[in-house]
This record gives sequence, C-alpha cells and structure tokens, in this order.
Amino acid sequence: MTITKTKPAKTGYHNLCPGCGHGVIVRLIAEVFEELGVEKEAVVLGVGCSCTATPAFGAMDRFQAAHGRGTATATAIKRCRPEITLFTYQGDGDAYVIGLSETVNAAYRNENFVAVVINNNNFGMTGGQMSWTTMPGQVTETSIHGRDCGYTGEPFHLPEIISEIRGFHPAYVARGAVYDVKSINQTKKMLKNAFQAQLNNEGFSLVEILSPCPTNWHMTPLQCKEHIEDEIVKEYPLGELKVRKGEEG
Amino acid sequence: MAKKKMITIDSAHCKACQYCVDACPKEALVLRREMNTAGYTYVQVDKEKCIGCGSCYIVCPDYVFTVMEEEGA
Amino acid sequence: MAKELMKGNVAVAEAALRGGMDFFAGYPITPSTETLEYLSYRMDEIGRKGRFIQAENEISAINMVMGASSAGARAMTASSGPGISLKAEGFSYAARYSLPYVCLNVQRWGNGLGSLDSGQADYFRDVKGSGQGDYHRIVYAPADIQELIDSAYEAWEAAERYRIGVCIFSEAFLGQMMEAVEMPDFKKRKEPLDWGIDGTGTKGLKYLPGSGPHISAFNAEKYAKVEAEMQRWESIQTEDAEYIFVAFGLPSRVCKDAVTRLRAEGDKAGIIRPKLIWPYPWKAFEEVKAVNPHVKGFISIETNDLGQMVEDVALAAKRAGLDVPVYCYAHGPGTPGVRRVMEKYQAVTSGEEKERF
Repeated sequence: MTITKTKPAKTGYHNLCPGCGHGVIVRLIAEVFEELGVEKEAVVLGVGCSCTATPAFGAMDRFQAAHGRGTATATAIKRCRPEITLFTYQGDGDAYVIGLSETVNAAYRNENFVAVVINNNNFGMTGGQMSWTTMPGQVTETSIHGRDCGYTGEPFHLPEIISEIRGFHPAYVARGAVYDVKSINQTKKMLKNAFQAQLNNEGFSLVEILSPCPTNWHMTPLQCKEHIEDEIVKEYPLGELKVRKGEEG
Repeated sequence: MAKKKMITIDSAHCKACQYCVDACPKEALVLRREMNTAGYTYVQVDKEKCIGCGSCYIVCPDYVFTVMEEEGA
Repeated sequence: MAKELMKGNVAVAEAALRGGMDFFAGYPITPSTETLEYLSYRMDEIGRKGRFIQAENEISAINMVMGASSAGARAMTASSGPGISLKAEGFSYAARYSLPYVCLNVQRWGNGLGSLDSGQADYFRDVKGSGQGDYHRIVYAPADIQELIDSAYEAWEAAERYRIGVCIFSEAFLGQMMEAVEMPDFKKRKEPLDWGIDGTGTKGLKYLPGSGPHISAFNAEKYAKVEAEMQRWESIQTEDAEYIFVAFGLPSRVCKDAVTRLRAEGDKAGIIRPKLIWPYPWKAFEEVKAVNPHVKGFISIETNDLGQMVEDVALAAKRAGLDVPVYCYAHGPGTPGVRRVMEKYQAVTSGEEKERF
C-alpha cells in the first residue's frame, strides 16, 4: 500500500469556515515546496482571514505582519536571508486596500519573493465589508444595497496593473482560482512557477487567487463555486498576466 | 499488474462543504446523518464506486482525504 | 585614536554601523536626512549592499526594520517629528514580538508638520510608548555628539539583552552640528541569537504567544527589570544644592553653564542630567534625598511648549520621598541661553515663579 496523496507534512489543521478556499491554497503551497525540494521557507502573514489561516501553515517559520505591511516586512526578511524561500500570504483587503502602497512598492522594486493574495471580494475576518475587489452590486456590510461603483470606484485589478505599467518588471504575475479540480490544478502550476522564479532569483511574483467565502457571500460552498465560475471570473479573468522570461508564448 | 486506488477519510476534520461530493466523477461520496465531534455531517465513501482519482483530495480545504494505491491481485 | 570633526547625523550612523548594524530602512525627512544619505553609500562600502533600503514611506521603513530584526539583523531606522509618529504602530508590533531595533529620532519642534527648529517636543510620545498597548523603549538622551556615538554603539547590546526597542533621542541641533569625536572600532555580536526566522521553523521569534494575564505578567516583569538595571544619569553639585535643574540633551549643557555661573554668584544650584529618559533615573532623586537635606526644589528645563519631562521629575521626586515643589521652564523651540536659565532660577528663588507640582 502506497500513499499517493495526503496532507503535506508542512500543513496543519485549521479552523476556517466550511468551504473557505484558504485551506486548499495553503496545501498547494506546501505541495509546491515538496515538489521543488524547498527546505527553508517562511511565510509573512497578513491580517484578516489570512491570519485565521495561521494554523494551516503548521511548523513553517512565520511572521505575523501588521495589517497591509506584509510585503515591506518580507522585503527585509528576504534581503537579510536570501536563502529562505519566502512568501507573503495576504487577503485582498490587506494587500490591495490598506497595504496597496507596500504591495505596489515591493513589486516596483522587484523584490525576490512571492506575494500570494487571496481574493475573496470582501474583508472576511471583520465580518464581510466591502473591499476594492468587491463585485459591482455585491451586497456587503458596508454596501448593503449593493456596491455602487459610482461612489466607490470599480473592482480593483493589481495583477493587471503591475504587469502592464511601464517601470514594473515583475518576474511572474498570474491569477488563479480554487473552485474546482481544474482551476486548483492550474493555480498550483502558477504557484510553482512563482516559487521557481524566486529560486532562480528572477524577482517579484504575484499570484492572486480567487477564493470562495461562503460565510460573507451568504451562500453555500457549492453556490460559491458556481458564483466564481459564472460571475467572478468574468471580472477577474484567470491566467498568466506576466510569464517568466524564456517562457513567453 | 493493475493497481487499485482507494481513499481514506479523516472524518474528524470534515466540515461538510460538499466540494468533494460535487467533484467526485463517480458519485461515490455522500454526506450521511452521522456527525463528527465538531458537529458536521461528515462525508463518507462508497468503496465500490470509488476509483481513487483524487479529485476529492484536490478540492478539499480541510485535508480530509488520503489517496492510496496497492498492487492488484 | 585621533579625534575627528563629525556631524551628528553622520557620526550616529557610522557608530551604529560599527556597533554591528547590518540593516537600515528610512525615508528622507529634515533634520535627520543625513543619516539616510550617509548610509546609502556607506553600507555598500563596508560590504552590506542591499541591506540599505530607501523605503516608500516611514511605515514601510519600520516594518522592514521589524522584518530584518526577525531575521537576525541589527536593524535601524531614523526619522524626525511626523515620520516617527507614522512608525508608532510598528514600535507597538515590535514590542509585541519582543523584537530589538534602534530608531533615531532627530527631533524637530512643533505639532503637525512642525518646523525645522530644534526641540524636545516628542518627549511624551517617545518616552511613554507612542503606539497602542503597554510597552516602553530604552530612550537614550545624548547631550553631545560623542554621547550620540556611544549610544548608537552600545544600543545593540541593550536592545538584544532585553529584546526591546531602543530610541536615540537626538535633537535637530545635535544632528546638524559638528564636534570633535572619537569613533569606536567595528564590533560583532558576541553570541548568536537563540531566536529568529531562519527558514527551518525550529526557532521562530520565540515571543510569548496568546493574550491574557501571562502576557501582562511577562510585560510587568520585563519592563521592571530594565527599569532597575538601566538607571543612567549624571549629577553635578546636587549634594548641597538648594534648587536642582533637571535637563537632558542640549539644554542640559546650558544648565551646566548656568550652575557654574550661579554658584559663582553664591546661588547653590545643581543639576541632574538623565542620560536615559526611559528608564527615568529615579535613583538620582533617591541619592539627593539621602545626602542633601537642604534641597528646596527641582526645575525642569525643556525645549518644548508645555513642559513634558516635568511630570517625570515630579514623580521621581515623590518616589524618592522629596516633598519639595517642582518648577518648569518650557523654552519652546531652539535652545535657551544661559542668562535666560539663570533668570528662571532667580525667579524660582524669589518666589515669583509658581511651581507646577
């Protein structure tokens, strides 16, 4: 009897909500580390459900950063300990709203680590408030009649911004999702590319991952799956926005 | 020799999200009425139907599944 | 070693490097910018390239400092006035994780944008904690550039011994002026740290996790220990003084002159000069209580608008059992002249000046 797939040793059980996507994402990262033979790794956690996910990272070295500042903290850790395979693990509110400056500037300097951003379209841990990534018309605790983009701005797309604007030269930028087998497998390849880029000293990678939030979307997990598949991917298309050098089509 | 694949379920960590039930190509997974200690009606497998494809492992956010294979007779 | 003429902001940077500083993140702000400028090339010169970051803002700079510290570096940042306020959240996080670091504050006087005047207006903020929660930092209050150097050089051992943040409380004039100084040799950390992020997950930050009474007890014990062990001050002619100036930093140099001249005129003045303002040197006041039955009061001399340290002077006097009035001269921006300080002394002795406490 041989075990072919099981909980990676570097993950731990967690107390996230039923149907939350974080668990899958942490597992993918741990699997990628196993496949790439990464022995020294550390995670810089954001504030939000990303810190609720802390137990999932098991015994990995970790730093619980201040809200939004993960990429600044990670910048210094990587500069001081380049031998560590390092990633930030933040939600969309953390990385794109309060921490927009830090995230953009780490990308701008092309720091050699991976930013993993879990986009669930809302501030999850605080109870489901509007985020910059909230869908137009989406009901949240701070947009009870649905997000009115005339007042709030439109859904925010950092991966598109840093892969298209002059002066940004990230190693790898992609958007994945974790709503079905296919999207999860695709996202794992993205994460593998991003960490491979770091191991090759290619620079900054951003992998945004669309993730279900049954609790704050007020849906069942399976309704969330359909919602991502039918609606969210239209606003946030999946795929690689910046491929690694030497891998261009 | 054919390899037989199968899964085991660590039902204590199941939260009944049903992603696995949805992902299973053989309809081998089902939630039954029994609850685990956390209060969730955990998923159970029909071993006759399971082909050990691992789809459940892939979609499960709670590390419930282990996929194994053994040399067939 | 021969003395050389150095500017305060540059001297403190070089001394920090010689003390083992191997990470710096900062953002330009007058009057501290020379520290940032100097380190931008000096760290390259001594083989610490990439360990200097001109950060996008002050908040990032302190969060970088925390990251570097967590990875075992001797990490420092520097700023002034509003820049330090932006870092306050980071100070609190660093306190929570027991991360050592050094932060240089080249104070500028005033609220909001403030001014480019020298001053000591940040006393409450930097001495009392500044960010959310309960914590303290060791706060050096150097009065000349040599002391600025010595503070930055030894700060690392203090920071790592207690796993605490260190503030070097400089002043605009101190940062901008030049004095003849002696620079110490390069040194390295003697013992490797038994904590820190190294990618193995075996050590980690080793701070006390969770919340509740065990954290409260840990904090109470930690800061009480630092307070007991880090009493640093200088007393001049306090044994027989009737009124004792209390001043730190640049105003303390003026007060020393004032004491000499007042004594020459027959006034029994003295001075307590705190070298650290947290922990506050309450032992200096106990010493006065023990040897000087004639003391009639204390006069806090400060370069801010409202008088800030005077509260600690009153508390230290009370703690020492000295039931005497405490006066304050808050000079505002700049540095008071000797004559002005002498006038204040005389206003106190004549009864014209009302006590604060």
